[in-house]
This record gives sequence, C-alpha cells and structure tokens, in this order.
Amino acid sequence: MIRWHSLALLLATAAVAAFGLGATIAAPISYPLPDETAAFKPGPNLEVAQNNCTACHSADYIQTQPRGPKFKKDFWAAEVTKMIKVYGAPIDEADVPKIVEYLAATY
Amino acid sequence: MLDRREMMTRAALAALATGFGSVRAFALDTVTMPYDNGERPLVRYPQKRPMIGLTSRPPQLETPFSIFNDGAITPNNAFFVRYHLAGVPLDIDPDKFTLEIKGKVDRPLKLSLKDIRKLKAVELVAVNQCSGNSRGFSNPRVAGGQLGNGAMGNARWHGVPLKTVLDQAGLQQGAKQVTFNGMDGPVMDTTPDFVKALDIDHARDGEVMLAYGMNGDDLPVLNGFPLRLIVPGYYGTYWVKHLNEITVIDSAFDGFWMKSAYRIPDTPNNSVEPGTAPKATIPINRLTIRSFITNVIDGATLKPGVTPLKGIAFDGGKGIKEVAVTIDGGKTWMPAKLGRDLGKYSFREWKLPVKLAAGSHELRVRAINNAGDTQPMEPLWNPAGYLRNVVETVRVTAA
Repeated sequence: MIRWHSLALLLATAAVAAFGLGATIAAPISYPLPDETAAFKPGPNLEVAQNNCTACHSADYIQTQPRGPKFKKDFWAAEVTKMIKVYGAPIDEADVPKIVEYLAATY
Repeated sequence: MLDRREMMTRAALAALATGFGSVRAFALDTVTMPYDNGERPLVRYPQKRPMIGLTSRPPQLETPFSIFNDGAITPNNAFFVRYHLAGVPLDIDPDKFTLEIKGKVDRPLKLSLKDIRKLKAVELVAVNQCSGNSRGFSNPRVAGGQLGNGAMGNARWHGVPLKTVLDQAGLQQGAKQVTFNGMDGPVMDTTPDFVKALDIDHARDGEVMLAYGMNGDDLPVLNGFPLRLIVPGYYGTYWVKHLNEITVIDSAFDGFWMKSAYRIPDTPNNSVEPGTAPKATIPINRLTIRSFITNVIDGATLKPGVTPLKGIAFDGGKGIKEVAVTIDGGKTWMPAKLGRDLGKYSFREWKLPVKLAAGSHELRVRAINNAGDTQPMEPLWNPAGYLRNVVETVRVTAA
C-alpha cells in the first residue's frame, strides 16, 4: 500500500521528538554485545587457523567469502598475506601454508 | 518483515523442523541472500530489530530490504552497522566524553558533549551507504563483506556543522586536510587504526556535520554514539563513528584507510574490465546514483492488471530529477511520480502504477539526477566491489 501521508506524520513526530535532544545527557552506558555464534569449521590444521585468526575477527569473516574454484589456494594465500602485511597480524611464517591449506580445504 | 527469498528459507527450514523438532529455533533465525554462500543468521542486538548478521566480531549488520518499503526514513533500530576493527567501545560515559580538535589550529579545543550541544544545531536528511553495499552481487565475485542491498540507510541527522568547531579552533596557514578518528580501534598495535581524511575546503563546507542526534533520538551505540561525522553525499567510510579526535594537518594524510583501502579505479566511470586491476586509483568519494523497487520482490507472482509500484532513489547530492520504469527491456520508460523532497542527500520516494498482462515480466527502474547522471543497464565492475549502481531488475509473473 502506498501512503505518502504516513511519511509526513513520521517526520512531524521526529520534529517533536527532536526538542528532547540536548535536554538531558544520558547516564553511562554499557552495551552488551551478543556472543559470537559462528565457529571455525573442522578441517586440516584447524587449531593453527583458529589460534592465528581469532584474536582479531570471528569465523564468519571467513565463512561468508565467495566459494568455488577461483576461491581456493591463491585466493586464501592472498587473504592471509593481506592479514600479515596490511593488518599487521603476528603470524609465524611456518604457520602461513598451514592456514592457507585449512582455508582452501575447508571453505 | 522478510522478503520472499527470506520467507522461502523459513518455509524450507520449517518443513525440516517438522521432522527435527529442535531445529526450529535455529530455522527462524536464518535468511538467504540471492547469491552463492548467502546464508546468514537473523540476529538480535540491543537497540536493533532483527537484522541480517554478516559478521559478529567486529559487528556488521545489514538492514532487511523490506524496511526500505516502509518510508523514506530508515528507523534507528533498523539502520545498518559496519565496523572494521574489533575494538568497539562498549562502555561510554557521555558526561566524560570529549572531542579533541588539534593540529594546525590556533586554539586546540577539548569539547564535552554538553559544549557541543550548546552550539547552534542544524538538521539534515542524508543517506549513509557503505562503500561495499551490494558487493555480494559483484560478478566475478570479490573478497570483502558479502553484502546484499541493505548496507544503506537514510536518517535525519541533528548536530553542529564541523565548520563551527573548526572556526572556533582557528585554522592555521597551510592547513590542507582534516583527519577524523573515533573511539573504536584495533586489537593489535600493529593494525592501522581507522582514521579518515577530508580536504580542508570540504571539511569547512558547512554541510559536513558532527551529529549527536538521529531521527529525533540519540545515536544508537553501534551507529556511533555519542557523536559521529556526517559527510553528506559521500560513502559511509567517511562517516567516522564515536568521533573523538579531529586533527588539522598541512599535508595529504597517508594513513592506510585513505592511501591503500577504499580506493576506486581512476577511470572515467571508476570501473575496469571485470577481473582486471586498475593502473591508478583514487579515494572513493561520492555515492553513485541508484534506485530500487521496494514493494515487489524478485520472483513474485502478481495478479494481471494494474500493479502500483513504489520505491526509492538517491544520489551523491545533485538531487533526483527523474525516476522511470521500463517493462519492455528499456525500449520505453514511464516516468514515476516523485514523493516529498526531503533534501538533495535524502532517499526520494517514487510511485508508478504499471499494467501487466498475464505472463512473465522484468521490471526495471532507473533514476536521473539534476546533473544528468544515470544508472548503467549493465553492471560496472571494480576489484573491491564498490559503487554498484546497475539498473535493478525485478522479475515477476502475472498469473
């Protein structure tokens, strides 16, 4: 259904509410960020990957990347290199091929 | 509200649930985006209605597309969330918060939230869209956040012009750029902090804003409470959240998030041949022009006859001049009726009744702005999957 007048009403409400801005300063807030739900999938060298990746990001960063033949070893090697060179991830050189193997085999 | 594809997932998983009773709770929490590997949890966060969860740490939440059919303003509790680094500020005391203005200024300032709220306030309706919005549709696919079309939103921002505080601080001779840093930061010291920069004239244009209000309320925590930068017409990467540090510099800022990330090809339409790399790049800047049908979902079945279409259009600040729909592959375009003008940086609603005979149809919508810019019929491509603005197609069956 198309109801243009509902927008006008919404804006009028927003304008009234805007008067409240600045009147009070809120109390300290503590935001309860929900727990992570995604987990690293089982695969070769799972522990090495988990130990190196988890400090900075959740497993869904990996899980949601494109799949298919073009997103295997070269793709994941480039991603791991990016994490080290660009984002400064302290990953041991010896761990790099193990992580790439895990990612290419598992995702 | 979920769109048809999302509903299909629910139905399919609900069917599964009849056999496996315990699956049901999980099933209700899953949506599927219309590209490969598009399964996402539907997640609940404080201050937010159920959102499409892309990643949990750092949090990235996408707005379910059906929200955009509800009006030109995106509610705070449905507004998308994008962080780069996992050091998200979760404990914030607005009374202790300060914004520092330093660098090449005559009078370095430390302003409390109360100080900022005392300054003459302005309001502006503007679209915030993630640079990577719609990246999941990139073909060939590219690395990065695999977003559908929901990493965008339109809000009425309330705050003070950045120019006001820059003038108060007094810019020194040779000031070239202004950098913006927020309370969020990296987990590792070796990871570059998220800092963005604007040229001095842009920063002083009177429109760039320090916002503490959004749609008549405080900013939600995950949208930058208590203060964020508003850069009208520019991609969300510049809209620094939890903004607490502004530095005026006399050089071009060379931090990672300007120099290496968020770059687009330096070509006439900022695209390259799909799968190739550009020779030179520039920082991403203004939003490309886009339009969407919001009340009919791809794959829908409609009754033959007249269907009222509606949707939204927006651009990088020239303002929407015309929205048109074609149902014959672009041979003829029918102009839509534009909704209320909330300003040149806002979503502009549109509507148009179209008559559909029994059979299959492709509905396409295209916007033109006041500079004559419009949308391409075929998608443009760049390696980071930015700037998507192809003419959108909704396939329907009238039966």
